[in-house]
Amino acid sequence: MAWRRLFEHRLGMIGLVVILGNILLAILAPWIASDPLKVDVANREAFPSREFFFGTDEYGRDIFSRVIYGTRISLYISLLSVAVASIFGVAIGAVAGYYGGLTDNILMRFMDAIMSFPAILLAIGIMAVLGGHLFNVVIALGFVYIPRFARIIRGSVLSLKEKGFVEASLAMGNSDLIIIWRHILPNCTAPLIVQATVSLAYAILAEASLSFLGLGAPPPAPSWGNILSDARNFMLDAPWMTVFPGIAITLAVLGFNLFGDALRDVLDPRLK
Amino acid sequence: MDKVLDIRDLKTFFYTRDGVAKAVNGVSLFLKRGEILGLVGESGCGKSVTALSILRLVPDPPGKIVSGQILLDGMDLLQLPLKQIRQIRGDRISMIFQEPMISLNPAFTIKDQLLEALFTHREIGRAEAQARAIAMLRLVEIPEPEKRINDYPHQLSGGMRQRVMIAEALLLKPELILADEPTTALDVTIQAQVLDILYKLTQEIGAAILLITHNLGLVAESAQRVVVMYAGQVVEEGPVAAIFQNARHPYTQGLLRSVPLPGQRRGQQRQTLYEIKGIVPSLFDLPPGCAFYPRCPSPKTLCAAEEPRQVAISPGHYVSCWRGQ
Repeated sequence: MAWRRLFEHRLGMIGLVVILGNILLAILAPWIASDPLKVDVANREAFPSREFFFGTDEYGRDIFSRVIYGTRISLYISLLSVAVASIFGVAIGAVAGYYGGLTDNILMRFMDAIMSFPAILLAIGIMAVLGGHLFNVVIALGFVYIPRFARIIRGSVLSLKEKGFVEASLAMGNSDLIIIWRHILPNCTAPLIVQATVSLAYAILAEASLSFLGLGAPPPAPSWGNILSDARNFMLDAPWMTVFPGIAITLAVLGFNLFGDALRDVLDPRLK
Repeated sequence: MDKVLDIRDLKTFFYTRDGVAKAVNGVSLFLKRGEILGLVGESGCGKSVTALSILRLVPDPPGKIVSGQILLDGMDLLQLPLKQIRQIRGDRISMIFQEPMISLNPAFTIKDQLLEALFTHREIGRAEAQARAIAMLRLVEIPEPEKRINDYPHQLSGGMRQRVMIAEALLLKPELILADEPTTALDVTIQAQVLDILYKLTQEIGAAILLITHNLGLVAESAQRVVVMYAGQVVEEGPVAAIFQNARHPYTQGLLRSVPLPGQRRGQQRQTLYEIKGIVPSLFDLPPGCAFYPRCPSPKTLCAAEEPRQVAISPGHYVSCWRGQ
């Protein structure tokens, strides 16, 4: 039922196609693109051509290959960081919502404290402490996105724990842990999926920003932010160096946002 | 006398910002093995809280069982650690809730929920558990149980859902079933059906039922004894016949007169239905003497000052009222 409504959601399907295209490119990168790190002094700052679809950068590296390989880094970081954020966020939100009272207060004030920093600023701070490494980006972004998951799950749990089936399950002799795991969390999946999809878009953008600022994957790794960062000085002479990674970021973010919105339309009963 | 459940002077209070609500204020009652006891009274008189106290499910905070004893086969449930209470819940005492619509988890099939009940308390294999679940569904007269067991709750009608809840409650053959308005949410024809099944099955497994309801007709038909509660206290208790023919407490008398009778319409001129004047006193601020005094049609002066003592009218029939003492 919900599936059919999702498939009939035109913008959402466009988003899904873009996402699947991204995933496909990331998987097939070695077959589509050539070595993203290969320096070709003879072809520095080459205009897009049949040989170099997106042109080359100041070292003669093929931008097409770099953008394709950038898809891998981008997806790797966004998926992992959202996974980290949702695991911790769900755990914290579920405990806070179910037990309430002091537990709730302590956990949620801690979440508020994280939220009070602009996400990207906090991520920059964490990266400055941890140092530039791909995995550190996952930790930084994962940490920054925990509160939004915690808040959404807590909200759902607060309303779910008043439901009859939770009381019935208690009366049947189940422990709190089983009730949270079996009766509450399965009913929270809809908001969780929506939040995760939308967060993926943010994570892609945040990863690009961090790389652009030199705090993400250390160069010469072909992340989109790195390509943009390299291209900054040549924007007027070689605009293709900025345009193509820019388009890649825009498309990826747009894809996840469109699909996330479609999921929300389909899954959120309040919007029906 | 073989008592399955013996509640002695139970007090469950709710500590809220507005004060202390004495929801259950010194209730004593007992159930014999295999007996059906009707617990009746208005909304908010403490019937449900009494049942929740038995399973220690009163939400805490704000609720708290302040004092008393709840003896299950002589073992005080209020003294047990939570872990042992959990083993008793669903296994030796099970509960049927009022709302079949929301007492089943919409995310799981009927099978998942019935098996959960079995796996929580018994170490049995999946195949055997499923066979038992299907057998139980057949007993509660669900057609084609092998097929329906894979349905989700939203695919069943209200009556079927309530029968599934009954199946779940009886699956482990408990000694005591707390049925909190088990049929209030169903329409009348289904009510009779569901109750029939409930009584038949409890007879078979020898379980006692604490039947909580405000439907006196239901009590008259099925219960052996009745306990009438008002404002957190037991005002009258006795065998069904004694209560219905010889009610002594003005509240019980009022309740009985407030039941509409189909015959009243024809023949004689239409009668307005009797109502008990006034409203239930605030549980935060109970009157000093008898809690029913402000609504009593024929109070005595003593009633305002002193709480009535329980007196025996006949064997097993007790009333807490100053009138006639």
